[in-house]
Amino acid sequence: MNFRAIKVIYVNEMTRFWQTLFQSIASPVISTALYFIVFGAAIGASIDKIEGVSYGLFIVPGLTMLSILTQSISNASFGIFFPKFTGTIYELLSAPISFYEALIGFVGAAATKSLILAVIILITASFFVELQIAHPIWMISFLVLTCITFSLFGFIIGLWAGNFEKLQVVPLLIVTPLVFLGGSFYSISMLPEFWQKVTLFNPVLYLVSGFRWSFFEVSDVSVGTSLMMILIFLSACLAVVAWMFKTGYRLKQ
Amino acid sequence: MNPIIIIDSLSKTYETGFKALKSVSLEIREGEILALLGPNGAGKTTLISTICGIVSPSAGTVTVAGKDIIKDFRQTREIIGLVPQELTIGAFETVWGTVNFSRGLFGCKKDEAYLEQLLKDLSLFDKKNDELRALSGGMKRRVLIAKALSHEPKILFLDEPTAGVDVELRKDMWAIVRKLRASGVTIILTTHYIEEAEEIADRVGVINNGELLLVEEKDQLMVNFGKKQLLLELSEPVESIPESLSLFDLDVSEDGYSVTYTYDPTGDGAEIADVLQAISKAGLAFKDLKISQSSLEDIFVDLVRG
Repeated sequence: MNFRAIKVIYVNEMTRFWQTLFQSIASPVISTALYFIVFGAAIGASIDKIEGVSYGLFIVPGLTMLSILTQSISNASFGIFFPKFTGTIYELLSAPISFYEALIGFVGAAATKSLILAVIILITASFFVELQIAHPIWMISFLVLTCITFSLFGFIIGLWAGNFEKLQVVPLLIVTPLVFLGGSFYSISMLPEFWQKVTLFNPVLYLVSGFRWSFFEVSDVSVGTSLMMILIFLSACLAVVAWMFKTGYRLKQ
Repeated sequence: MNPIIIIDSLSKTYETGFKALKSVSLEIREGEILALLGPNGAGKTTLISTICGIVSPSAGTVTVAGKDIIKDFRQTREIIGLVPQELTIGAFETVWGTVNFSRGLFGCKKDEAYLEQLLKDLSLFDKKNDELRALSGGMKRRVLIAKALSHEPKILFLDEPTAGVDVELRKDMWAIVRKLRASGVTIILTTHYIEEAEEIADRVGVINNGELLLVEEKDQLMVNFGKKQLLLELSEPVESIPESLSLFDLDVSEDGYSVTYTYDPTGDGAEIADVLQAISKAGLAFKDLKISQSSLEDIFVDLVRG
């Protein structure tokens, strides 16, 4: 195992994060604060408690998920796409490292950035609502698993994307709608029965539900189902990455 | 010298069906400078990229220092440095940051003294804290060399190292290459510039349409394929070579004002006197004469055109 290579890839990616600090942190923090002002304070005051949780508090896990899903995908996809785009990937391909070592460096850095972001969002949220976490260990577990899984997903998108447009398509046109329609800002029990069943096909529902349960012990689906769905998605991403590495898809000619 | 790289029947066919390499076999000796000459699309970059691990071979094997480039890729890549043809370099990293990154990527522990000396040797030390985007094209080329040498490789591939650089920098590059060879590094360079191969290579390989046409010691190549010519400018034009000169390999120009005698460059040139004497006897008066020897460029063009 080339640990030094993993370390330099990780540090290099994290350096990019610190260099674009405003874009990386300030932007999600500002948008989260705006969500709280609009949904939590302005509109939320007129909405009844959901399963005993005030609306402002209820949306905290969903908002956190919204940010970490999009940022995990964005960071990991950009991390591997940029060397491909500029041609500097030649150095990775000619170095004595396996694809998996490179993967650990890139995905590890993207997941770390998302974790930092999640912590900042939760701290921001605590200024607007009185935050409570019923199961901190579960909360951290869900958070870490989600960050890793979606960073892997982002890595796949970064390898697949042939241009900047494709890089943006999946986060914008697929992930964001899935997060908004996956119970981030409401409980699916508030939907008509037909739409409740449709929502069960949305994988994000399981992430948000499990994560919310770790805060308030309130969930749309059982915590075991949530955990299983994350692990299935993680396994699927690993399988796709393994296939990509085996075939050299979009990496080696 | 022992071969440090052995390429055996290496072929590469891209997904498009383009055959970039057709059963290339080549042995590269430790410590030599081998120049690979070939026109665009000949397969030079594919050959280099395959050895370095960027392109997967379709058939054949390559061993580096006795290790297979696929099975033992860690050991083979550890001792190889690659300077790519394009100025593929980041933008926001500093020179110092990027050479340290490269060294780490190759699994080497930090060595500030070595990297500082490397930057000094490449006249980059003053720029060590500059961002890469602020550097000129020539400086970026030097950074690419520094990155390739950051892990102290035994073999260095230079893919068109002087493409698009000015004469001064090209001469600097040649000096760097010579210095590296003196320190024991094996150097393989691809180039369009025949004069570059003529200037610094020990051996020259000519590649065209994915096939290695030949590999020869540069001097031997000049001897085997080169020719010498004696050109005589005549005072009066002639229509054809007189019968009495038919023993010699003489050609007359279209306008009849010059006669060319082609002869073996390995000979002692003694027959020149005979030729001149015979020409005088035949009554041809000449006002000037010139001797020329074919350059590597002439040899290359002849070989590539078949």
